[in-house]
Amino acid sequence: MADVNRGNRPLSPFMIGKYYRPQLTSMTSILTRITGNGLLVAAILIVWWLLAAATSPEAFATADAVLTSWFGDLVLFLSLWALWYHTLAGIRHLVWDYAVGLRLDIAEKLGWGVIGGSVVLTILTAIII
Amino acid sequence: MAFLTDRKRAVGLGASKSGTAHFWAMKKSSVALLILVPLFVFTFGPALGGTYEEITAYYSRPFPAIVAALTLLVGFKHFNDGAQVMIEDYVHGLAEKITILLLTCVSYGLAGIGIFAIARLAL
Repeated sequence: MADVNRGNRPLSPFMIGKYYRPQLTSMTSILTRITGNGLLVAAILIVWWLLAAATSPEAFATADAVLTSWFGDLVLFLSLWALWYHTLAGIRHLVWDYAVGLRLDIAEKLGWGVIGGSVVLTILTAIII
Repeated sequence: MAFLTDRKRAVGLGASKSGTAHFWAMKKSSVALLILVPLFVFTFGPALGGTYEEITAYYSRPFPAIVAALTLLVGFKHFNDGAQVMIEDYVHGLAEKITILLLTCVSYGLAGIGIFAIARLAL
């Protein structure tokens, strides 16, 4: 009996698209993964910038010019939002691990909280820095 | 395979085929990053835009250097663990193993480069 349908079960990601209607809970969840992995771009830029600073004034000038250009500013600003989004969504996961806030209406409120909170924190951080 | 009973085939193979070590590692690094990330944002952020002399002087101070080094260390470990789960979800078979191998090289490579750079600036 164990040989029936071996290896032909639906594998993740099977939730989105034809099986499941997009909704706030699934979208805020997938955005956690996208922001987390997307932060690699900013991480590479920052590591490059640090290595350049440790190498020579010339190398630093090149890296610093990229990071402080309008494009670098845009990437770092979006990454800052991604960082706060991922942080707040991560806190939501730590709370969920205790089986708290899993009721649909509360989970959706937390979702809006993560979206709104990340925007507010990004703007506040940009003002402070 | 014909010699294996259904039960023998199933014993010891939970859905994840491993314990909770990965989950617990993610949890530890995420809690550490809750402290490190704000510290890094508010040390790196104001420093960015400074001259070469200002940056090298800034990262020769213990606090910004230690915060940056710890954030890169824990951050890349957290990234590695998280991205590995993503790969396990979307890529299967040999490609999965190769992608995870490359991911591990990238995460630990970047962490090593970053920490080396900070050590050089700090010392």
